[in-house]
Amino acid sequence: MPKLNINGVDHQVDAPDDMPLLWAIRDLVGLTGTKFGCGQALCGACTVHLDGQPTRSCQTFVGDLAGIKITTIEGIGGKVAETVRQVWTDLDVPQCGYCQSGQVMAAVALLSETPKPTDADIDAALDGNLCRCATYHRIRAGVHEAARRLEA
Amino acid sequence: MLPRIIDHLAPASSVKTSRRAFLVASAAAAGAFVIGFGAVPVRAAGGAAVSAAPVPFDAYLKIDADGTVTILSSQFDMGQGSYHGLATLVNEELGAAWDRIKVEGATGDAKLYGNLNWGGAVQGTGGSSSITTSFDRYRRAGAAARMMLVDAAAKDWGVPASEITVKDGRLTHTSGKSAGFGDMAAKAAQLPAPQDVALKDRQDWTLIGNGDLRRYDSRAKTDGTHPFTIDVKLPGMLTAVMIHPPKFGAVVKSFDAAKAKAMKGVIDVVATPRGVAVVGEHMWAALAARDAVAVTWDESKAETRGSAAILADYEKRASGKPLATARNDGNAAKAMAGAAKTVEATFRFPYLAHAAMEPLNAVARMNRDGSLEIWGGHQIPGIYQGIAAGIAGIKPEQVVLHIMKTGGGFGRRATPDGDVVAEAVMVAKAIGYKAPVKVQWTRENDMRGGRYRPAYVHRLRAGIDASGKLIAWDHHIVGQSIVAGTPFQGLIRDGIDQTSVEGASNLPYAVPNLHVGLTTVDVGVPPLWWRAVGSTHTAYATEVFLDQAAAAAGADPLAFRLAMLKDHPRHAAVLKLAADKAGWGKTLAPGRFMGLAVHESFHSYVAHVAEVSVSGGEVKVHRVVAAVDCGTVVNPDVVKAQIEGGTGFGLGATLAEELTLGPDGVVEQGNYDSYTPLRLSAMPEVEVHIVASEAPPTGVGEPGVPSIGPAVANAVARATGKRITTLPLTRGMQS
Repeated sequence: MPKLNINGVDHQVDAPDDMPLLWAIRDLVGLTGTKFGCGQALCGACTVHLDGQPTRSCQTFVGDLAGIKITTIEGIGGKVAETVRQVWTDLDVPQCGYCQSGQVMAAVALLSETPKPTDADIDAALDGNLCRCATYHRIRAGVHEAARRLEA
Repeated sequence: MLPRIIDHLAPASSVKTSRRAFLVASAAAAGAFVIGFGAVPVRAAGGAAVSAAPVPFDAYLKIDADGTVTILSSQFDMGQGSYHGLATLVNEELGAAWDRIKVEGATGDAKLYGNLNWGGAVQGTGGSSSITTSFDRYRRAGAAARMMLVDAAAKDWGVPASEITVKDGRLTHTSGKSAGFGDMAAKAAQLPAPQDVALKDRQDWTLIGNGDLRRYDSRAKTDGTHPFTIDVKLPGMLTAVMIHPPKFGAVVKSFDAAKAKAMKGVIDVVATPRGVAVVGEHMWAALAARDAVAVTWDESKAETRGSAAILADYEKRASGKPLATARNDGNAAKAMAGAAKTVEATFRFPYLAHAAMEPLNAVARMNRDGSLEIWGGHQIPGIYQGIAAGIAGIKPEQVVLHIMKTGGGFGRRATPDGDVVAEAVMVAKAIGYKAPVKVQWTRENDMRGGRYRPAYVHRLRAGIDASGKLIAWDHHIVGQSIVAGTPFQGLIRDGIDQTSVEGASNLPYAVPNLHVGLTTVDVGVPPLWWRAVGSTHTAYATEVFLDQAAAAAGADPLAFRLAMLKDHPRHAAVLKLAADKAGWGKTLAPGRFMGLAVHESFHSYVAHVAEVSVSGGEVKVHRVVAAVDCGTVVNPDVVKAQIEGGTGFGLGATLAEELTLGPDGVVEQGNYDSYTPLRLSAMPEVEVHIVASEAPPTGVGEPGVPSIGPAVANAVARATGKRITTLPLTRGMQS
């Protein structure tokens, strides 16, 4: 049985090695903030961090995760994450909110690596995260605003 | 989203809330009271599966002993902010603390929740009508609740009600005595409801029109706690994935599930009228087994034409005589014959998928007492209740709908046949109701599941006189009817489905000879309303063609329009505002070009000005300026957000969205690699300007969509000299 370290807690999951991490997180561990959108790593709704790197959990398999720290939207914390959340709320970025777990995970990863991202950096980091409500205008503004607040 | 039913049942201006007696459901035992308007007695909904009173089915708000205010929304929230809007309306009058407000979806009684824009008989969300139908209803509910709380405190303290003020959820007497709403809720529930409710004057509003008010539900959307249908978990619940027919209209002939049933975690494989369902302990168990099921389909009644053949047929019909006339002013044919100059164009619009981020889903549970509970994005609960009851063989009132917020909708959650809601009941029934079942579509189920914005072909001709005036306009639309054969069929009048011609038959420009015709074609691809419905194609055809006519007349596109909008000041005002803010007519950076368009949809007026560049056949939209007039604005920031989002949604479709059926009738796209909505890097800078207005409020969920496409195309025409008449642009630029 694969062992998963999710948000600092070890979980033994009754799953075949080829089960996508997404479904293990949602259906076996019971954390539902990570969303299913496409199943093909095309939309980013299922983004989690593997050792801090933003990764599509729908195309990551539970048998490959020994010794890796998995962080989901429920487990992401710290200054960068809290700033992003506060900015998202202050600017009312979300509309339906379904993609926003993935957007927040991608934005936190970007700002952790690149504290002052350019528009091109934001395009590169977030273009894989679809938002059908097209909140992109505010997502871009939100990343810049979070960077400003984190610098201050 | 639903079409403009309002136009056919009751115009917005005539929608009035009749003064009815308040209905107060006393629920003192639970320490809460429930208030609403209504002429019907309070009744318990569903059955014992629903917890004890207060039952959130019969009224508009409840206040718990701890002071929490729960607003019971007749309108569905798929992200557009209707819950926030209703919360704003209630609390403007109620005076609760903003952070103590929650909103839940209510269903079960059309008398309480019927959409007044549709005549009030059916509960549903669509046609950008949530604020219009709720504006009086929910303010009055808030005002009545406040009056009753004040009366309760006055009685309790033995003071005149006039000496009590209300603020942030507290009742305070001039003496300094004070109590929270929660302290008085139970006592207020014992009082008679006020017969007459006075609403605040406009100048006293503090929440309505307040641009600093933040959405009450944003935080939960940033930490994963906001619950969607996909997150519903019930004890013993199973998850089913569907195998749908590859062609529309096909049905299951036979299937072999021996291999799949032997797989770990698979509970059953069952046939339903809508396909085969693989039922598993969880999503992956069902998904992994799905490929092991072999299904044979009966395709004898299936649609087997491809979309290229369907569009070619439409194009042939478009050059012929329309089957029905939607509008006929003067004599277009005669005026055309006498015109100094004529122009013409044929526009082709593809099928479009809603492709909302949360693939369709629903959860069904049959209870021991015979009640059936269904969790889902129930956009038209009044219809889903009947469909579910029919499948289960029970009475509609035994069906209890739990309204979940959903990961986008754009019209897809308002399906006349209930699709995924029906499937959840069908699958639960097929396994003998032995467990609750969640039917979860995959992205491919969702993309290939039909219910698209129909494909259309428009043929337009215009005549211009020697002075450059537009004197004749002939418009022929060919395509499927969205409402034919559905409960909304009554929208077809004299052969005209209003959803096919809206935005074209009400062309605002003063053209003395104007003819709009419609040819409705029967095709086996299931259609549906798609955010902004008819205006998604009529705005593009009319506004791009108008620029073509302006060019033929040698006129500036803005001046050409304004000269013909003298009787339509709201169109003219948004157009002028957007043009002014965008700097229309000023010198642009080299390689940049502007285009504009204006359109009315759902009684709101929007103009877009787009600034683009074209390089190597690729269109880049750099900046968009939009202006909107939606009457009285309840939430300015939500209006902006909806116009921004509508702009992105419409732009994505214009640039690159296309749903095609191969020559055999099988949908060619399955996921976001082949069906390509807008991504962040293609989103322009968007600026939204709101026209100050005291007119009755109208909606903004859809009106941001229609005019961005033609504004972009008109800019592209200025950049390249090429008018794009085939969408999406990625295709139209090549042809």
